[in-house]
Formats: sequence, structure tokens, C-alpha cells
Amino acid sequence: MSLLKGKVWTFGHDIDTDAIIPARYLNTSDPAELARHCMEDADPDFPRKVTPGDIIVAGKNFGCGSSREHAPLAIKEAGVACVIAESFARIFYRNAINIGLPILESPEASAFLKENDQVEINLAKGEIVELSRGRKFTAVPFPPFMQEIMAAGGLINFVKRKANLKDSSK
Amino acid sequence: MGQTMAEKILARAAGKKRLSPGELINARIDMALGNDITAPVAIREFKKIGVSRVFDRERIALIPDHFAPNKDIQSAEQVDVMRRFVREQGIVHFYEVGRMGVEHALLPELGLVLPGEVIIGADSHTCTYGALGAFATGVGSTDLAAAMATGELWFKVPQTIRINFKGRLAPWIGGKDLVLFTIGRLGVDGARYCALEFGGPVIGELPMDGRLTISNMAIEAGAKAGLIPPDKITEEYLKGRARRPYEIIRGDEDASVFQEYEWDVSDLEPQVSLPPSPANARPVSEVAGIRLDQVVIGSCTNGRIDDLRVAARILKGRKVHPHVRLIVIPATQAVYLQALQEGLLEIFIEAEAAVSTPTCGPCLGGHMGILAGEETALATTNRNFVGRMGHTTSKIYLAGPAVAAASAIAGCIVHPDEIKGVD
Ligand code: SF4
Repeated sequence: MSLLKGKVWTFGHDIDTDAIIPARYLNTSDPAELARHCMEDADPDFPRKVTPGDIIVAGKNFGCGSSREHAPLAIKEAGVACVIAESFARIFYRNAINIGLPILESPEASAFLKENDQVEINLAKGEIVELSRGRKFTAVPFPPFMQEIMAAGGLINFVKRKANLKDSSK
Repeated sequence: MGQTMAEKILARAAGKKRLSPGELINARIDMALGNDITAPVAIREFKKIGVSRVFDRERIALIPDHFAPNKDIQSAEQVDVMRRFVREQGIVHFYEVGRMGVEHALLPELGLVLPGEVIIGADSHTCTYGALGAFATGVGSTDLAAAMATGELWFKVPQTIRINFKGRLAPWIGGKDLVLFTIGRLGVDGARYCALEFGGPVIGELPMDGRLTISNMAIEAGAKAGLIPPDKITEEYLKGRARRPYEIIRGDEDASVFQEYEWDVSDLEPQVSLPPSPANARPVSEVAGIRLDQVVIGSCTNGRIDDLRVAARILKGRKVHPHVRLIVIPATQAVYLQALQEGLLEIFIEAEAAVSTPTCGPCLGGHMGILAGEETALATTNRNFVGRMGHTTSKIYLAGPAVAAASAIAGCIVHPDEIKGVD
């Protein structure tokens, strides 16, 4: 699970949630339907081009704008294995962790990686390796608390465990 | 060393004496909000947790406003998911068509968001309630689900960026101009992960409607919250409105902040943000003359009564330019009714504007005024991203209600002073 290998798609700075999943499609929350329009307003062909396991690489402030969880959900359902960015907008960062979409913050990798690069990612270590040129990057590590949420498989499982603990102690 | 307003409010909710930026905490939630886009996802996630009841049926607000009145079967189904959950859980604050309004205009109006509280909403503009002195922040649907189940949520304590406005505002300048100017200075991620705190003599005199506009757009600079320390104006606004007792919390004078700016805004012109970013703020004189197809006055940013009064002052006795469609959307039923009683709706209709029932509608490209390819709009809303109001080749300029009304008459972007005979 923690070793990912995939092809890179690059995007610029300040990719907002309206570009990731336009609001005109938000009259549904069906993940498969959302995935069909993933990144459509940034690259209209993306939903057709993307294949499972691919990696999105973006600039700064990825996912700015609205709080819609539909944005990381659309990306996850489209099969994208990980998003690497120079930086993430706050709510997108939260949402990605909460729903279990792997994300890594690495300004160096974001600047270096090009479209169609093949990368290998070790999520547990935060390591990103570009395979043909052999460059290696290490992402900013997650605080232990967030690693716990991710290890539980997202916030719902994390809360569930806590809720069950409480119930059994009654 | 003192503490900032954000630190103090979060410390109280986390049951701690003091906090420093960067700390991860669990805080008690005073109000949790969801809308017709985010709540259905939150309800789905809530059901996975396996608790049978929400933490407090009076501290959850569910507002169908984005695609309401429902524009199609799918959006009707979304609201139906909410309605069933509301009935099953006995949730008190659910407001539908006929009683509703755009969530961030409605909650302050109903006295449901109060100073010193911690409020989360599965909507990025939840930061609006910072204008009342609450630590209010946007989160995702899964966060809302967790908060509905436990009444708590995790937060990282933010650093604070303080902005002081001094000087005297020129005519036609309001909260929107101040906040567009601020975002223009900071950039779309200039306050990322930070709390913005607005103060200074200009804020001290700004009415609540204008303050709500400012806090509303804090997220457009990436901020986690947009705080305004409560004062006389806050207490006046809350009189007869607050639904719960509350405690006013302000920051300490000697609190250390990450950045501090002081701007004299006496010479500030009305601001317009160029597509496709709210940070592209310019004085209106630099963009004057841009031809418009549509003007929208409304939204959680500028759909309150003060905004409609400003627009009506300019539109009174005049007609919207023949090439322009003007859409006016009062943000809540109460605003709608007051505008009716004050004769503002008559002014709009005689000016040949379309007046709509409260809804988010065109603000997010949902319905009620979608743009065709290559069209240009000016809106009092808060986002002008690519495709936000319709076709990806359409363009959106953001401004306050004065520039919006004047431009609707002129057919192109103008300074309100260009409309002869308005005072
Ligand atoms: S009016 Fe616009 S910004 Fe405000 S809540 Fe509705 S869609 Fe969001």
C-alpha cells in the first residue's frame, strides 16, 4: 500500500476547487459521477486521459477556494494515487487527510517533476523518486496526530474507534 | 506575553489556559453548519460512524441554499437527504425555501453565531462569523460528520496577521472595497493557515453588514478565520437577536502576531477584482469602460440590506443599460421583506432588474443567471475563478454594490460618481 508508482500530470499554481470539480456538477455527491469531471476546468481532457495510479503534481496553494470535499473525492475516484504540490490550501489539506487521499508537500519535487515523468513514492517515509533521472525528494512529514488519522484510514474510522471506546467504557 | 483573539477563543473551547501557534488541539464546537452540497456527504459519513444521535440537535444548522429552490431532480434529492436526516434527528435549525437565506447571511441574522464561540461549517465562507467575534472556519464534509457525532474537532492553532485600517472612507467605499484591497495586497495565499484580524478606526465605525462582507472574504486570502474584535456595534447588532448567552473575547494588546499592517485608506477608490482571481484588485478607474453583459447584486458577501440600499440609491429613477441583465438577490427572507417595505424592490423592478428569491444561484454557477461563452459579468460575490458563473470562457469582475449598480446603468464598469445626479 505504501509504495506507489505512477505517471505524472502537471498543473500550475493556485488550482482552485472550481477547476478541480466545477460547481455545476455538485448537484450530486456520487463519487463516480464526480470523477467523470475531475480537473475538467483546468484541463478538459484530463478525465479521459487519467489512468489509475497516476500522480498529480502542482504548484503552490493547490485546492484553494471552496470547502467541497467533492474535490479530493473526485481526484481519488479518478484513480489518482497521490497529489504532490509545493503547498496545499488549508481546507483541501484537511479534506484529503480526512478521506484518505495521499498528499505530499514538496516544493523541490513540485519544481522538478515534468509531465509524463515516472515516479515512485514511499508514503510512509514521504519519499518521492523520479525514475529515469533518479532524483530523490523527501516531503514535509505529517505531524504524528495526522499520521494517526491516516493510519486509521481517515477521520471517520478514527472517530469511530474513539466512539466505540467510549461506549464500551460505559 | 499576551494572547491573540484566535488563541484565546480556541483555548477556551479546548479547556486550556493558553495556546501557541502550531499546537494541535481538540476544541468543543458551538455550532456546526452544512448546506445542500456538503451536508449530504456529511450525512453519509455520519452514518458510517455508528453513533445513533447527533451531539446536540440545537447546535447544528443545515441550510439548503446553493441549488434552492431546487433547480433539478438531483438537487431536490440532495435536499431530501437533508430533510430526512433533520426529521430523524430532530435537528432544530433547518430552513427551507420560504424561510431560508444564504447560510452566511442567515445564521448571523438569526443570532445563531456569537462572540467567543468556535463555529465550523462545511462551507469555506463560514469565516463570515468572525465579524461577530467568533472563531469560525470552513471545513470539509467529513469534518462536519465528525463534529455532528462528537461535538468536537481538531484544529491547528493559527498565527495571526493583524490589519489596521486608518483614515476616513470616501463616499461609496464599503467593506467590499476594504477586503478586495486587502486580498490584493496579501495575495490568494498570503494568509494561508493564518487568522486575519481586522481593526483600527475605520473598522470601529463600519456597520455590521460591512464587517460581515470583510470577514466573509478572509478565505480569499487563504485565511482560516477573519476576526473582528467585538465592540459596541457588535453588541448593538446582537441585542434581541442572540439565541444563547455569550462571552466577548478580545486579544491582548501585547499578544505577538506573525505580521501586522497599517493602511491609511482615505484615498482608497472603489475596488474591482479582475478575472480570474479575487487578488487582482484594482482601483475602478483602471478598469473603467469594460463592457458588461450581466450584473449580479447578492450573495453571502453583499446581499444584505445595507448593500441593497446602496444599490437602490443609485438605481432609483434610472434604467439598466439595454445590453445588461441585472439580477438582484436579497440574501435572506428578512432582507427581502425589509427591501420590500422600504420600497427598494420597486426601485429595482422599475429599473428593469430581475429580483429573485434568496439563493446562492449564480454565485457558484448553479442556476438563476449562468453566463454563456465569452460573456462578461460584474458581481458583488466573492469568487471570479474560471468557470465560476458558467462557461469557462466567461469572465467575472468583483466589486461592491455601488460599482455594480452604477455599472449596470452605464453598461460598462464605472465609478458611481459617473452616474449624474446621485448623491
Ligand atoms: S452565496 Fe456564493 S459564496 Fe456564499 S455560500 Fe452561496 S455559493 Fe457560497
